[in-house]
Amino acid sequence: MLAKRIIPCLDVDKGRVVKGRKFQNIQDVADPVDLAKRYNDAGADELVFYDITASNEERNIFLDVVEQVAREISIPFSVGGGIRSIDDINSVLRSGAEKVSVNSAAVNNPDLIKEAALKFGSQCIVLSIDAKETSTGRWEVFINGGRKNTGIDAMDWAKRGEQLGAGEIVINAIDTDGEKNGYNLELTKAIADAVNIPVVASGGAGALEHFSTVLKEANADAALAASVFHYGEIPIPELKAFLVEEDIIVRR
Amino acid sequence: MIAIIDYDAGNIKSLQFALDKLKIESVLTKDLQTIREAKAIILPGVGAFKDAMDSLNKLGMTEVLREEAANGKPLLGICLGMQLFYETSYEDGEWQGIGLLKGSVNRIPDMVKVPHMGWNTLQKHKESPLFDKISDDSYVYFVHSYAIGGSYDSDTLVASSEYGTTIPAIVQKGNVTGMQFHPEKSGEVGLQLLKNYGELIS
Repeated sequence: MLAKRIIPCLDVDKGRVVKGRKFQNIQDVADPVDLAKRYNDAGADELVFYDITASNEERNIFLDVVEQVAREISIPFSVGGGIRSIDDINSVLRSGAEKVSVNSAAVNNPDLIKEAALKFGSQCIVLSIDAKETSTGRWEVFINGGRKNTGIDAMDWAKRGEQLGAGEIVINAIDTDGEKNGYNLELTKAIADAVNIPVVASGGAGALEHFSTVLKEANADAALAASVFHYGEIPIPELKAFLVEEDIIVRR
Repeated sequence: MIAIIDYDAGNIKSLQFALDKLKIESVLTKDLQTIREAKAIILPGVGAFKDAMDSLNKLGMTEVLREEAANGKPLLGICLGMQLFYETSYEDGEWQGIGLLKGSVNRIPDMVKVPHMGWNTLQKHKESPLFDKISDDSYVYFVHSYAIGGSYDSDTLVASSEYGTTIPAIVQKGNVTGMQFHPEKSGEVGLQLLKNYGELIS
């Protein structure tokens, strides 16, 4: 049976792992290679790296980090942040990542998903969606690190992404991100039910139950979290033992 | 020395890193002579079938692989690399593969989410030295939308995984071996499988 996945997420800025809250108040946490190795050894199923840097020079530092991480760990990882072109995707994959996640650039140019899926295969193209409930009573897609509302319906965008060839969707609820009050179940479930590709829930994990609820009730295939893992609040072996008790299939 | 075929597709580095960890000597190459002289060949794979076949054909690799397979040299295909060993693929069209193994590459039926992505258990179909220190129901990492099917030879099935249907996970016919999952990304289990393969060919 296919296991549900637990995915620590590492935001990397100038070669260091950082963590923010609602995309702000960035704090320095650790060396990404050390942290990646620790998660690999603790039983994480996959890792996600978001490059939150901007300049080309910093991009090169980041690609070095990707390669060092690939050397150290024997679980898959994906890379996102600032991916704009086929060349960007190629360089990330060539540095040792299994998957690449696209966000703002895919909204601006949906053909990027299609081209990338044809060239590299759907399985390595992840569509990352930052969504927020707006006054219109629906979830809308935000880009540029959550700063710009596109007005696009998140459900429509997820379906479109699947049609274009994305192999997985990460759905990040901006409102619950960093709050530790649980994932946005309604949003995650709506997305998971709308598409036939794996869906990763992101934003809001703070307690063991948050993971079991999103995996069971919201039909997520994987749960992503950052700070609860980075600060050791929830050790991965403990989380997996808990999920097994909750009758959720996980790799141990 | 194992030759890992470099055909400009996807992530090949992690395989090299895994072999480095196991102290299995390898070289990433597109040089036909190096490939002919290697004691074994690994065809890795992330990417799309057609692009991969086009690259292999352009590099003159397809013929070399057929020759080396016929010479009895150990060949290991991983993920797409394994699929390329088959006769035909129906990934976004109909494409001819290298044709070392009988059968075709078909889309995983939509009763389940496609791609088949994540950790799934291996069910053994026959005894193999590949399974040294590998327990039943060990988890390995899959990420693929297409799987071996059609008129594939069930005698070649060494291990499978259940995902909507039975997914051939390890196949073996003489010197040709395929792994549908990524051993280089399957934690300790995957490293052990690669180690076992390394011992098998040395």
